[in-house]
Amino acid sequence: MKIGVLALQGDFSEHIVMLRRIGIESSEVRLPAHLEGLNGLIMPGGESTTIGKLAVAFGLIEPLREFGKSRAIWGTCAGAIFLSKDAKRDQPLLSLMDITVERNAFGAQVDSFEADLEIDALKEATGSNNPYHAVFIRAPIIESVRGAARVLSALPDGRIVAAQENKLLATSFHPELTNDSRFHEYFLAMCR
Amino acid sequence: METTTGTFAVKKGLAQMLKGGVIMDVVTPAQAKIAEEAGACAVMALERVPADIRAQGGVARMSDPELIIGIKEAVSIPVMAKCRIGHFVEAQILESLKIDYIDESEVLTPADEEHHILKHNFTVPFVCGCRNLGEALRRIGEGAAMMRTKGEAGTGDVVEAVRHARTVLGEIRRLQNMPEEELMAFAKTIGAPYELVKETRDLGRLPVVNFAAGGIATPADAALMMQLGVDGVFVGSGIFKSGDPAKRAAAIVKATTHFRDAAILAEVSKNLGEPMVGRNISQMPEGEKIAGRGW
Repeated sequence: MKIGVLALQGDFSEHIVMLRRIGIESSEVRLPAHLEGLNGLIMPGGESTTIGKLAVAFGLIEPLREFGKSRAIWGTCAGAIFLSKDAKRDQPLLSLMDITVERNAFGAQVDSFEADLEIDALKEATGSNNPYHAVFIRAPIIESVRGAARVLSALPDGRIVAAQENKLLATSFHPELTNDSRFHEYFLAMCR
Repeated sequence: METTTGTFAVKKGLAQMLKGGVIMDVVTPAQAKIAEEAGACAVMALERVPADIRAQGGVARMSDPELIIGIKEAVSIPVMAKCRIGHFVEAQILESLKIDYIDESEVLTPADEEHHILKHNFTVPFVCGCRNLGEALRRIGEGAAMMRTKGEAGTGDVVEAVRHARTVLGEIRRLQNMPEEELMAFAKTIGAPYELVKETRDLGRLPVVNFAAGGIATPADAALMMQLGVDGVFVGSGIFKSGDPAKRAAAIVKATTHFRDAAILAEVSKNLGEPMVGRNISQMPEGEKIAGRGW
């Protein structure tokens, strides 16, 4: 099992550290050739406009779309925006996942927050009943899911913060900034 | 559901999202849009770039809130702004404007020649400059959630950025090889909090994200700083004081991502037009240097 981490910009090294901690081999993806031999791909947090523009400049858009047709991709925050079909503004997207996202949905950095979430899918998959401590940084929300996409987690007010569509996973928050590896393990199960 | 804002994890977390990116100085909303379009991961909103502050002299202060708001409205990426060292009221004003990051910056004229701002008191995160490990850990001790090794801003000469990045990263390497019983004396020597010295040794890096700043003017300069081991770069005067800002900005963004790929660096360095004129630091009188501000 080898997982790629899109390393155009953002906190890709935090994902790599987490994968190493749970004994999973990983590699940085900056060019199309780097996708070879991977079982899954994580797209990190960062600035979605920066990541999108670099993906266009280095010919990654079509190879990533092709990759996502057969293999698992997980986007955290900016990665989730990049994965979506609609970000409600003009910026490069992979348009793989049938979700609409709203960027910076909670406001400015002073509104960034931490919160405990109850995520049933995660509990079932990992057998751990502890709440999931999530870190939201200038976070997007998943405004709506369509087609085969389903909601994994929503805030008490109904705003969606995690969704899955077959082998595609999107989270508004950053499991790579915590010491809790359950979301990474959940994704690895999707890659098998 | 209970939510908490302003924790050190979310302050430090935004800097983690900026990693591998380029933060660009901009003085107008139009420049901010050019920066965003070129792939900047954030912009620094200010009235004058460091090269102009140098040329015009006088007291350099926090920018007009009207200008900062205009820039904030122009882009979707994070917007930073500078306050003077120790000027906690300028910082309070910037926080009320909901700026995403405050740079307590030596580029502006210091308001306090002894004390920096107690940054733990704020919800908004701060970035500060450093020339060595002691200065970095003192700033983190005061609550800075991001560091930048100082260069000589507004010169287009990368030599000071290299010097200070090498100093900080070299001291961390030395620290890692030190037996544990020597840490207290080392902390005393460099004037840094013991707990942060210990944490840095355990991590093998600064406890927060560390960018390079000051004097970066070309894609090669950015890649040089990345290969030395920083997490990303600030580019000030180097972009909008050059002949073709949009092209140069995009090239520096690409160079920061592909910093180890010399073929890509060669490609993006082609036909960028005139770089900023620049000033050779070795011929600059000591009194004109600003990297030494900060205590």
